[in-house]
Amino acid sequence: MSTLNIALVGNPNCGKTALFNQLTGSRQKVANYAGVTVERKEGTFTAPSGRTVHVLDLPGTYSLDALGADEIITRDVCLGQLEGVAVPDLIVCVADATNLRLHLRFVLEIRRLGRPMVLALNMMDAARKRGIQIDTAGLERELGLPVIETVAVTSEGTKALIGQIDRATPAAPPVSPVETDHSETRRILSATVVMPTRTAKTDDALDRFLLNPWLGIPLLLVIMFLVFQAVFTWATPAQDAIEGSLAWLGGVATQSMPDGLLKSFVADALFGGLGSVLVFLPQIIILFFFILVLEESGYLPRASFLLDRVMGAAGLTGRSFIPLLSSHACAIPGIMATRSIPDLRERMTTILISPLMTCSARIPVYTLLIGAFLPNTTVWGFLSFQGVVLFGMYLIGIVSGLIVSWVISISRREKREYPLLMELPSYRFPNLKSLALGLWERAMIFIRRITGIIFTVNTLLWVLVTFPGKPDGATGPDIDYSIAGRIGHFIQPAFDAIGFNWQICVALIPGLAAREVAVSALGTVYSVAGSDDEIASQLGGLISSQWSLATALSLMAWYVFAPQCLSTLAVIKRETNGWKYVAVTAGYLFALAYVAAFATYQITKALTS
Amino acid sequence: MKLTELKAFTPARVIAVSDTSDADPIARRLREIGFVDGEPLQVVGRGPFGADPLLIQIGFTRFALRRSEAARITVELAA
Repeated sequence: MSTLNIALVGNPNCGKTALFNQLTGSRQKVANYAGVTVERKEGTFTAPSGRTVHVLDLPGTYSLDALGADEIITRDVCLGQLEGVAVPDLIVCVADATNLRLHLRFVLEIRRLGRPMVLALNMMDAARKRGIQIDTAGLERELGLPVIETVAVTSEGTKALIGQIDRATPAAPPVSPVETDHSETRRILSATVVMPTRTAKTDDALDRFLLNPWLGIPLLLVIMFLVFQAVFTWATPAQDAIEGSLAWLGGVATQSMPDGLLKSFVADALFGGLGSVLVFLPQIIILFFFILVLEESGYLPRASFLLDRVMGAAGLTGRSFIPLLSSHACAIPGIMATRSIPDLRERMTTILISPLMTCSARIPVYTLLIGAFLPNTTVWGFLSFQGVVLFGMYLIGIVSGLIVSWVISISRREKREYPLLMELPSYRFPNLKSLALGLWERAMIFIRRITGIIFTVNTLLWVLVTFPGKPDGATGPDIDYSIAGRIGHFIQPAFDAIGFNWQICVALIPGLAAREVAVSALGTVYSVAGSDDEIASQLGGLISSQWSLATALSLMAWYVFAPQCLSTLAVIKRETNGWKYVAVTAGYLFALAYVAAFATYQITKALTS
Repeated sequence: MKLTELKAFTPARVIAVSDTSDADPIARRLREIGFVDGEPLQVVGRGPFGADPLLIQIGFTRFALRRSEAARITVELAA
């Protein structure tokens, strides 16, 4: 039987993505359209008749006016004018039944394309709850196309739509004579819809409370504080379990092996390297869980509203808040989330500063250094000093990002502000299926990184620190004779001014690929350098006796800025379609890193000597 | 009056959206999302800093508009 190509179109916030998830489940793939950075989401499902249905989820837009790349793609795909994309056999236009005044206008615009289409009236459950009565048959008559009621968040709610898709494709609707879409929308609405109130009572009440000029910001801070608190406390047991089981697995795997190269490789490069990065998975998943819950429930756009002026002072808008928040878990999904920013230059600025947000890959470096060098005292009677410093590192990242953005904004020739003009969707309960899919996607991004880049790098590092072996009769530690040791010694003079010793320089080489690798690399450097395994696990104690405080603080300052993450640079290249922004990002971040580390090292040295 | 001068929770209607430049993209988008002659609207919230941005209820939708954007919209009080 032939395959059917359908395309989902609709306004932002019409529940189109939930519908797409419900139709295709996990059988989806995400890519970009050739040459542009518009997300291409596709999936398939099998209709009851046995026919394969191929679904394209087009970007949510307010019109086909072709103001932005999203709109051009949507229009061209619907018209079959985009190369490499089959013309859809059927357009499924999705409209939020509680928001028909806005969404029906877009339906009329799509109808003018003269392609076979059906209208999915989504969120019918919410509409009924609010007492909205829609005369579906009347709407079908007025529009001249099939209208199907759907509830995208339940599998029951999409059955009728699947049935309609499975039937013979309807004829293209009549192309209406030229009249303004707004007056036609009003006419159809007054003929087919009875709406008791214009707004949902819960939205009114929640917005009065959550967007209150006095309470709004304190509530936002409390919510953010609780989220990060949960990330650290909830993740600890899972992290311990991952570390424990990997150590156990490594032990089992190497138990029967004779001492030698293979055993060293399996224990250090394989299990050691994997374990040192897999431990962040719980933190990333928990943080993204909260971000997804807040986003799905409708709160994050409110946070953007509250913070718009703050971001405005830095030359951005509230829209940058969500990508920058995501960057605190990992810059890669953060940079991908900038797709929701319509203004290209605001988007580029947000991409440039995303790597400054404290991602979870920095945490092991910070906790190692803070734990080793700063006293575990209590301040103001209840706060842990080390915790306050870690919090401070987050603040330094945020403030630096806003300063960089501000500098970019004042150096721009055109002084125009970026538009905000943002829809605040109705509050709703997050849908479990969407949450699970979203978490799955992000966890996979992270795991692919580990298995790809980080694993390769760890193996390479192991080779570098192991070969060539110590010549017979030599007396120094093994690593001094290895390739890594030689490189470390060779580049060390360049880092002398910022207080890095050659061991740090060796660890920085693999650390260029991914920040967290530096910790396991330091472990490798020191354990290979003649200490036994027990000391390697006590890396903190070891470095605190060998490094000065100035060196440790300088390394922390370096880590705030240095763009040590190949995956981030790769995603910047993909999202900006070129090397220019990769070069700009890497260049300015390395320069800032060196300057910040230099200042920190020299000042601390002067104060402590 | 301008939308920026409208008091909170006071029912009003859109008169027009004016372009601040030739083919002003923001004005065009405002018209597309429903800011057209006769459309009822209300200011339902204000940002915590400088009462910016404004939260506007129009149709069944809520939009956050910066004051500079909202200033393009002229409104009259609903009778």
